[in-house]
Amino acid sequence: MNKIEINTFSDLIKKGITPEVLFWVGCAGSFDERAKKITKSFVSILNQANVSFAVLGSEEGCTGDPAKRSGNEFLFQMQALTNIEVLNGYNIKKIVTTCPHCFNTLKNEYPELGGKYDVIHHTQFIKSLLNDGRLKVQGGSFKGKRITFHDPCYLGRANNVYEAPRELLEKLDVELSEMKSCKQKGLCCGAGGAQMFKEAEKGDKEINIKRTEEALETKPDIIAAGCPFCNTMLTDGVKNKKKEDEIKVMDIAELINQATDL
Amino acid sequence: MFCCLFFLAIFLFSKNVKKIYRNINLGINIDRSDNQKIRFAQMLRVAFGQSKMIDKPIVGLLHIIVYVGFLVINIELLEIIVDGILGTHRVFAPFLGSFYNFLIGFFEIFALLVIISVIIFWLRRNVINIKRFLSAEMKGWPKNDGNIILYVEIILMLLFLTMNGADLWIQQNAPDYNYIKAGSFPVSQFLLPLFDGISSNIVFIIERVAWWLHIIGILCFLNYLYYSKHLHIILAFPNTYFANLNPKGKFSNLESVTNEVKMMLDPNADPFAASPSQEIAKFGASDVFDLNKVQLLNAYTCTECGRCTSECPANLTGKKLSPRKIMMDTRDRLEEVGRNIDLNKGDYKSDGKELLNDYISKEELWACTSCNACVEACPIGIDPLSIIMDMRRYLVMEKSDAPSELNNMMSNIENNGAPWPFNQMDKLNWKNEL
Repeated sequence: MNKIEINTFSDLIKKGITPEVLFWVGCAGSFDERAKKITKSFVSILNQANVSFAVLGSEEGCTGDPAKRSGNEFLFQMQALTNIEVLNGYNIKKIVTTCPHCFNTLKNEYPELGGKYDVIHHTQFIKSLLNDGRLKVQGGSFKGKRITFHDPCYLGRANNVYEAPRELLEKLDVELSEMKSCKQKGLCCGAGGAQMFKEAEKGDKEINIKRTEEALETKPDIIAAGCPFCNTMLTDGVKNKKKEDEIKVMDIAELINQATDL
Repeated sequence: MFCCLFFLAIFLFSKNVKKIYRNINLGINIDRSDNQKIRFAQMLRVAFGQSKMIDKPIVGLLHIIVYVGFLVINIELLEIIVDGILGTHRVFAPFLGSFYNFLIGFFEIFALLVIISVIIFWLRRNVINIKRFLSAEMKGWPKNDGNIILYVEIILMLLFLTMNGADLWIQQNAPDYNYIKAGSFPVSQFLLPLFDGISSNIVFIIERVAWWLHIIGILCFLNYLYYSKHLHIILAFPNTYFANLNPKGKFSNLESVTNEVKMMLDPNADPFAASPSQEIAKFGASDVFDLNKVQLLNAYTCTECGRCTSECPANLTGKKLSPRKIMMDTRDRLEEVGRNIDLNKGDYKSDGKELLNDYISKEELWACTSCNACVEACPIGIDPLSIIMDMRRYLVMEKSDAPSELNNMMSNIENNGAPWPFNQMDKLNWKNEL
């Protein structure tokens, strides 16, 4: 396999190349050990499909999502306007991201502030690569495995994307088993609304434990997620239930990458 | 006599409607005049068509029965009112002929179905332990309110059937009263044996008393609405019309903030350019005056069914937050403010209370994951999340009162462009691990 090259937008522009799409990596995808694996899987997919892409690197700042959901509209708009200046400076048209929170913020909350882009989630992007024949998958390694998909709130309810991740799982010939609350009714993993960064209020259970229990009821081999934060919450939940040896929590990009990588 | 009662009821009701209208207008303006066709279609689908009720199939179906019963029996109500004003008896019968028989039969069947549904509703609220009817915010008045509505509905339906049964008995057995032979009575015909052996003038009195109590009951119920959660039978329509059409993940951007931030980011901006007379906007909401009109309409529309709370991840895991309580608190506070204005002849005199802290605690607000499950669950388009977010905005931007971990996260974003303490310059370091 050819070596994966990661270019920043500014590098490519200097060389006179305009990439097809900007990969918005996000803070989790850049810094979190678990989420970095998702990032690497996704760039490997982009590489295999010969997609000309670039990242912003150190020019990429937090979209402001956790600040906004905490109520700090000032900080959110500072981040947004700074990012929009960079994005518009490069005349960026199309953005793909592996984080539903970045996806939602860029897609829905930036346009009014002057940042209008075609923003897509990586599951939608991978689906279009498969549909266009730019990427091929072999079901082999996951054939017949029981997989349950956890809908990230900011992908599902927030933006009505339910089918793209499921269609990708179907392409892997897996046995998709739905949790009792899924799609519009999907239970949150507990990380949204900036909860990721704080202790939960007093209650009788952690939300991620409850969601993990719902996932375990489907007796899965793999719990699939489409969000780095859901991934962390569910991984912690599986560890809490001492099931980490039997059940893996994986991003759709990781599953697809393994199925194309053979 | 009838006219007096009828117009008194209408007068009192319209007085209360004006109060609701005034209270909703205490909120700030929000422009929802766009997309009229889509909004109208949404209202037809969700409110008139009850499309979201069937998310819970059994109760959804029962609710549709009561709703359709309410609609069709209102047609009969029209005849009752005309009869009352003109002093006639079954005034529509001669004009409609056999269709009239069909209509009355149809109403009777629905009356019976409504009684059955309402009994099941009562059992659900009082006998079967359904979690969402047992929450803390449902104790006391909200529980009684729910039951009163069910009792009134049963009594009204029983009076309607008694009236019809006695009418049929008179049609068959007491020609002296000259009751028009009209209507079919598939349900109330079974009441006939009850009237046998009673003198015909007593049956006539029963018929009249049932007729009067039925219409008086309805007029009272109309005026009870103002004090009850039952306003949704009217407000569900405007509420679904004005409901948010954007993707649920899109939260509003505060324009007042945009102006300030733009000034901060622009090195050439003149900090003194803003005219000093300009009123300084308050960020976020601490009381009902800071919420927008649609949010206040939401509060009046909420019928406290608790579908939101039963889907809320925070509530499901034992946290204090209940989206239903957010809506109930907002309405309670708004009504308190309304009474204050009534007492002070049109002006609000501060009572030292606010929606924040006196009704909704910080603990509730910080438990929200902004997952939109409550918004998705509401059958009539209420948005508790927007109120929670507006109150968080007030806490953070006006009071700097966020949990300390969130303050850390925010200062990280401010200083290094990520919610964690990593240097933005290192953002591409993962590339070296490939």
